[in-house]
Amino acid sequence: MYVFYAIISLTGLGLLLGLLLGIAGKYLKVESSPIVDELEAMLPGSQCGQCGFPGCRPAAEALAEGKAPATICPPGGSTLAEQIAALLGLDLDLKDVQEPELLVARVSEATCTGCTRCFKVCPTDAIVGAPKQIHAVVADACIACKKCVEVCPTECLQMHPIEITLRNWRWAKPRVAVAGNPL
Amino acid sequence: MTSLFSKWRIRGGVHAEERKTSTATQAIVTAFPLPKKLYIPLQQHVGKPAEPLIKVGEVVLKGQLLAHSQGIISAPVHAPSSGTILDVNDYPAPHPSALPIRMIVLETDGKDEWLQPPDIGDPFQLPPEDISLRVGAAGIVGLGGATFPTAVKLNMGRENHIDTLIINGAECEPYLSCDDRLMQERAESIIDGVRLMLHGMETHNAVVAIEDNKPQAFAAMTAAAMPYPSIKVMQIPTRYPMGWDRQLIRYVTGKEVPVGCRSSEIGVTIHNVGTAYAVHNAIRHGRPLVSRVVTVAGGAVQRPMNVEVPLGTLIADLFNFCYVSPEKTARIIMGGPMMGDSLPHISLPTVKATSGILALTQSELKDTDEQPCIRCASCVTVCPAGLRPLDMANNIRANQLDAAVDIGLKDCISCGCCSYICPSNIPLVHYFKYASGEVAARQQAQHKSEQTKRLMEARQTRLDRIAQQQREEEEARIAAKKERDRLKAEQEATV
Repeated sequence: MYVFYAIISLTGLGLLLGLLLGIAGKYLKVESSPIVDELEAMLPGSQCGQCGFPGCRPAAEALAEGKAPATICPPGGSTLAEQIAALLGLDLDLKDVQEPELLVARVSEATCTGCTRCFKVCPTDAIVGAPKQIHAVVADACIACKKCVEVCPTECLQMHPIEITLRNWRWAKPRVAVAGNPL
Repeated sequence: MTSLFSKWRIRGGVHAEERKTSTATQAIVTAFPLPKKLYIPLQQHVGKPAEPLIKVGEVVLKGQLLAHSQGIISAPVHAPSSGTILDVNDYPAPHPSALPIRMIVLETDGKDEWLQPPDIGDPFQLPPEDISLRVGAAGIVGLGGATFPTAVKLNMGRENHIDTLIINGAECEPYLSCDDRLMQERAESIIDGVRLMLHGMETHNAVVAIEDNKPQAFAAMTAAAMPYPSIKVMQIPTRYPMGWDRQLIRYVTGKEVPVGCRSSEIGVTIHNVGTAYAVHNAIRHGRPLVSRVVTVAGGAVQRPMNVEVPLGTLIADLFNFCYVSPEKTARIIMGGPMMGDSLPHISLPTVKATSGILALTQSELKDTDEQPCIRCASCVTVCPAGLRPLDMANNIRANQLDAAVDIGLKDCISCGCCSYICPSNIPLVHYFKYASGEVAARQQAQHKSEQTKRLMEARQTRLDRIAQQQREEEEARIAAKKERDRLKAEQEATV
């Protein structure tokens, strides 16, 4: 007899909870995973495509599905990788992460024709200029997406490494020496 | 009994071999031959660089203003000797990287002719604000090495109604003895400077703290301070880093400066003895800060000494005068061996922060064979800031900088005690300096990515607005065309 009670009550419970879950699934449905939005907000948002995905949103989706490693975003460097790993609860080995080389676009004044193509594609409005006037790059706003380099007809826009001055000079990481074999 | 308890107030620290005797027993050399050229950096202080006033080719007198201060936290620069301005350009800075900074190059004329000082009455009749103004105009910065503009500190002291002015005569770094000699030879002037600072801060209580390994300096300062009951001279134990402001404040007053606070917030301000001497010179004689006493010492120096040099003197000139053997020199250090910076070459100028230049031989350097950490915790014991250097270094090695910041990376003062004591020769301070720079760089990157997002949103709204406008114009044009056609049709119909 007890067996039937157990079967009936557990079946009832199962049905009830299943129904609740079904209702919740229908009415509390989310269009996309909130984690994707969170990830997208963290990514630089410049749609540069260096990760191999067409933009930051697809990259965030791949990250959320676990199809991409936390170190996916080259411009974000290890800072971003750490943040992503913390959000997704991933273990992270940062030893192999390449810090992005800091570049900045510069206009060579000798060859600029003032064609205005570069500042039309600049995603951050970092290039100032007017038709038939030499253009200039606002270094602080440049994100090194290289879109201007692609459209420049005279190759006067080139990427240069950011100049090291006393303001941005930093101590290098100590190299680990092996005992008895000094560096 | 009291001394037993006062010992408790010292946290951490080491007692390194002092190696001061070679310079501390000789008088300060004032007969330094005037160099042909002086290289005067526009930034020798914390804050904004000074802005040059002079033109190339201009003839200037000693003490003449060359560059004025910009903004609140800045300091002017004066001509260290008379002569002609040769150049205002980028030259290598006295910094481990020797990257260029802007400097004024002065060709000296050998006359060393002072600018006529203004008439100076009794400075104690001046309002206290005037003292800080004059100190600021004389380009005085903290000469202990921090180079924070002294006038700003005096103003902060006055505004916060501080009750104690501590004069730092600890000079706890090995080798250095410039403050020691200054106190022995120019005690009256220093005490006068202290009185002027007290007047400038409207305070009546000063403590001169001198480490107990400088008995002559203590005696001289005590004698000089005798007539002034407001100035107390006290001996403090010899233990590095006793001259760290927070350690000294804790020992002298028993108060702990909270993290993230300035000492003036707990009613204490601290100045170096060299700064007090510079204040005396500026107020009593109207002479700006154009020279300083520099200790030249180390195993490769044949004539180690304390020498008063004009600011901007190249280290090469200084080394020639002190007979430094280049073959024996394994490392050149500006400042003390614990906190000083290693310099790549000697064509760099001495600046306001240069308390010493050391030419060390290989035998004086620490073994660099890094061995694994044995978790002996010696570094934890000696850390004056109460941190765990070994854990921080482990985090940094694994690139977990956030974890290192969480356990106090930002409170590290790079005093070097941990690196000094480490039996495995781990370059702990190097790790912390690297990590601090990296954390700052990451913050900048974070800031930049936020700015980028803002810029891109602004651009997107602008593009949308333009598209909207074009659409509206197009619609208006179509509507106008329709209207015109209708009118035309009506006209044709009536005709």
